[in-house]
Amino acid sequence: MSEVQPNRRAVLKAGGAAAAAALVAPDPALAKEIVGEPVAEPAVDIALTVNGQVRRLAVEPRVTLLDALRERLELTGTKKGCDRGECGACTVLVDGRRIKSCLTLAVMRDGCSVTTVEGLAQGGKLHPVQAAFIRRDAFQCGACTSGQIMSAVACVQEGHTGSADEIREWMSGNLCRCAVYPNIVAAVQDAAVEVRR
Amino acid sequence: MKAFTYAKARDVADAVGSVGSRPGATFIAGGTDLLNLMKDGAQIHDQLIDINGLPLAGITQEQGVVKIGGLARMGDVAAHPLIRRTFPVLSEALLASASPQVRNMAAIGGNLLQRTRCGYFRDVGSPCNKRAPGSGCSAIGGENRGHAVLGGSESCIAVQPSDLAVALLALDATVVATGPSGERRIPFDEFYLLPGNSPDRETVLGHGDLIVGVEIPTSALALRSRYLKLRDRATFEFAVVSVAAALNLRGQVVQDVRLTFGGVATKPWRSREAEAALRGRALTEASITDAGQAAVAGAVAREHNAFKIELLRRALSVIVKDLGGVR
Repeated sequence: MSEVQPNRRAVLKAGGAAAAAALVAPDPALAKEIVGEPVAEPAVDIALTVNGQVRRLAVEPRVTLLDALRERLELTGTKKGCDRGECGACTVLVDGRRIKSCLTLAVMRDGCSVTTVEGLAQGGKLHPVQAAFIRRDAFQCGACTSGQIMSAVACVQEGHTGSADEIREWMSGNLCRCAVYPNIVAAVQDAAVEVRR
Repeated sequence: MKAFTYAKARDVADAVGSVGSRPGATFIAGGTDLLNLMKDGAQIHDQLIDINGLPLAGITQEQGVVKIGGLARMGDVAAHPLIRRTFPVLSEALLASASPQVRNMAAIGGNLLQRTRCGYFRDVGSPCNKRAPGSGCSAIGGENRGHAVLGGSESCIAVQPSDLAVALLALDATVVATGPSGERRIPFDEFYLLPGNSPDRETVLGHGDLIVGVEIPTSALALRSRYLKLRDRATFEFAVVSVAAALNLRGQVVQDVRLTFGGVATKPWRSREAEAALRGRALTEASITDAGQAAVAGAVAREHNAFKIELLRRALSVIVKDLGGVR
């Protein structure tokens, strides 16, 4: 089988449009296919309490919490970066704990309480973490920022802000490709003081 | 992701029955690895059985055994006072794993069953004997800097990536699983399989078997235990080389010791030879060097990963000296 099957490396080396066409159609024999009968896709009714409001929707089981928030509830503050749990841009709080919303299914969170970046400000007043990010200039392009802020809110609540090193470790699930890390650490330190006040 | 049906398990028997009776079904707990595998097409399932509602998240102590439920989350186990006090290596290994968000999600049972990070396994465009048996191994003649130097075969050299498993192996843990044929208690060093000619089979579990928990005996050995994880960046990365060590000394003489390794082998790796090189001897430069030598005796380097052999020797030396207070 390996003689007839071009691997991705060989395809990339070959280059060109033919290679691009080959890439979009991987041989299904190479995936571990263990499917029985064809699958129906019945939508499942769920209810999420999002930023304090009960939202009812019907979703296919394969819809992630991230896609439900963005595509169905039009809460686009939560960002889709890698969609593989590596970048942290999709961080939200579920029942008070920070998670990556791309790595959980909406149906698994039926009945849960979700806080997104849109739910942090209260009565027009920014959350102390949001204010600290602005004051400390803790963002550049902004793609990672809502995830950084949600993670920072949890980091402060958890009490993992004893030192700059501790903040770096406990903010490590959120990548910033503009590398604004020093300012993010400073913002989290500021916010920790503010929240405890 | 391909479409699938979804159901919440009512109880353990319902979960095991639902998955066991349907070849394409599997359990979902944290979902942090499973959903990536399904998005990438490396695994395809037509039904997911959600086990998060089952009462399997407890951490309890009975006589000399600590029981951790299969649904306990990594972060909760790492932070638990009983775990931190009794099994430092376990807490350290968990805190060195993944990111805070993932540790809030991922369950202990699923962590043990996470699949390899071999890029060829996750790329459905590449031949891979683990994903598609018989298609060949792309890593052996390809990019293999991250691959195993111990326990490999001509079919597969992929590393089992769990830090937790390396710690549990050092702690003489037992996996408790239940399945279509009833409950089984599996000593940790019998849980994972070498790849041999069937790298698609990674553990002794069968289809429909569910990890309900792990049990760890308390001991003097476990009290003095550490985890050292070396990676390409400071945090949020899989191990290049890791060592879990537990040490019981009388004076400077080693009464008992456990040395287990991650990042270097196709399954969590215990070196009884390295342990034997230390047991009954004083902790000295010479005995520690002998242990390092013994640990890598059977190692096989590939084109890009020979550095792991020397790195493992050095990591072993650093952690044993640190634990033993040797300068």
